[in-house]
Amino acid sequence: MTTRVLGIETSCDETAAAVVVDGHQVLSSVVSSQVDLHARFGGVVPEIASRAHVELLTPVVARSLVEAGIDNDHVDAVAATVGPGLIGALLVGVSAAKTLALVWDVPFVAVNHLEAHLYAALLEDPEIELPVVVLLVSGGHTLLVLMEGHGKYRVLGSTIDDAAGEAFDKVARYLGLGYPGGPAIDLISDQGDPTAIAFPRAMLAEGYDFSFSGLKTSVVNHVRRNPEVSTADVAASFQQAVVDVLVTKARRAAHDHGAKALCLAGGVAANSLLRERLLDVCVADGLRAFLPSRAMCTDNAAMVAAAGWYRLQSDGPSPLDTGADPNLRLLSTLL
Amino acid sequence: MLIIGIDTATAQVSVAIGGHEGVLASTQSLRGRQHAEVLTPAIEFTCRQARIELSEISVVAVDLGPGLFTGLRVGVASAKAMAHALNVPMIGVSSLDLLAFPVRFTSRLIVATIDARRGELFYAFYRQVPGGVQRLSDHQVGSPDDLASEILASGEECLLVGDGAQRYREVFEGLKKIEIVEEGFAHPAASSLVMLAHAQALREQWVKPWDLQPLYLRKPDAEINWSTRPAP
Ligand SMILES: [Zn+2]
Repeated sequence: MTTRVLGIETSCDETAAAVVVDGHQVLSSVVSSQVDLHARFGGVVPEIASRAHVELLTPVVARSLVEAGIDNDHVDAVAATVGPGLIGALLVGVSAAKTLALVWDVPFVAVNHLEAHLYAALLEDPEIELPVVVLLVSGGHTLLVLMEGHGKYRVLGSTIDDAAGEAFDKVARYLGLGYPGGPAIDLISDQGDPTAIAFPRAMLAEGYDFSFSGLKTSVVNHVRRNPEVSTADVAASFQQAVVDVLVTKARRAAHDHGAKALCLAGGVAANSLLRERLLDVCVADGLRAFLPSRAMCTDNAAMVAAAGWYRLQSDGPSPLDTGADPNLRLLSTLL
Repeated sequence: MLIIGIDTATAQVSVAIGGHEGVLASTQSLRGRQHAEVLTPAIEFTCRQARIELSEISVVAVDLGPGLFTGLRVGVASAKAMAHALNVPMIGVSSLDLLAFPVRFTSRLIVATIDARRGELFYAFYRQVPGGVQRLSDHQVGSPDDLASEILASGEECLLVGDGAQRYREVFEGLKKIEIVEEGFAHPAASSLVMLAHAQALREQWVKPWDLQPLYLRKPDAEINWSTRPAP
């Protein structure tokens, strides 16, 4: 018996729905990005995001069902992101998902957005060999996770201040490169010299935690002191510093925990330099590299449907009085 | 024709099911900011009370607001999802219309009010007409003092209903020819929603799930600040 899971994702500024069979076969994945609505404000505005989700969710769900080629009532379970994220935005998706599950009389599954990101890579390659170290980097999160089995995680490290994606956004805004910052810095860095400025690599030798706020301050100070500096050089050197820290720690974590593979997840995983450097390290150390396609790195609902399927197998359905939790964390499982 | 009515525009969550024979079942609960937690089980429970299956529903009616944004969206998102899944049309009714409806048996001017937070109210004026009420003005947003001066200017006897009037009781109590309706009518009721939607359904005044949008009456703060930002 196969299980077709409809996934719904509304935790931030993407309205997404997808149909995935048994946690790996993607029948459809529809993402409606609101990035244009938020661009002029230089960041996601929660109230604008929530309003857009209400407007977009029904057509997005309808399209995901049509593209999957299944009738409305042939969904076997509905999974939705319940956190972490923007509370008003999350509630739109959770409310719609629970109602769909009730009407279709199928299980509802509450999904942790961070766990969904971990499953983005597995989705494209279900033959993954565990344990694997996952580097989850996005606008809201920087986590280094040891995944020992389905639903079995050890959070090895996280950021003590800004998330990696947040640092990209802040530096891009400071350099006048626009929003979102990740792709803008990625693009202009191509024309810059990554060795031009030696920005600090914070906490490089210590443990698995990250810190990026000092790096952002160094960028600001450097530009203030050298007003004539090339923006491309600053961007490239900044990007190099972030990637060095991320890759060094991920590599060490894989080595220390006997991981067979390194896996990237989250919006920042779309960064070209990060992908390139992680691949180099994997080749050098004889590790498998799981680099999800760019579409799987950013927020989408296929990863929610996949994570939901695994949760349904292990924990069963979630209750219909489930709400949203904006501060939901990825907790280490006690083994 | 079976209609389900969903209302989450204020602090209350309410669900009702009915049709030609009137309201078959209704539930309401006041659990503050717990709309999403409460609503889905409330829909399930109301169906059981009415002894119907959700698949028998032929119209989904929803309170469109104005109201508290986050709660309002829980109801609207759920109602849209339900109408889409059942492939049935929707009817949206304003929260202020819903407040005025149950207190319609009066010759006085009816003023429906909802607490809009930040020292303001959503409000509108109504008068009884055969079979219901007629809205005399657009929905408005204003301070309790704005509303008090509009009431005084009308020179009429008024009946004030809704949680807005309750919250700013001290502003209105001193005015002559005003009565504030007791607490039991302070929130829109899904049973009124079902009755008003039934009248509209008979005239086939539907909307499609993707066309239906909440009535916010206020722009997001970021847009307000953006439009009033100093020129660079
Ligand atoms: Zn994400």
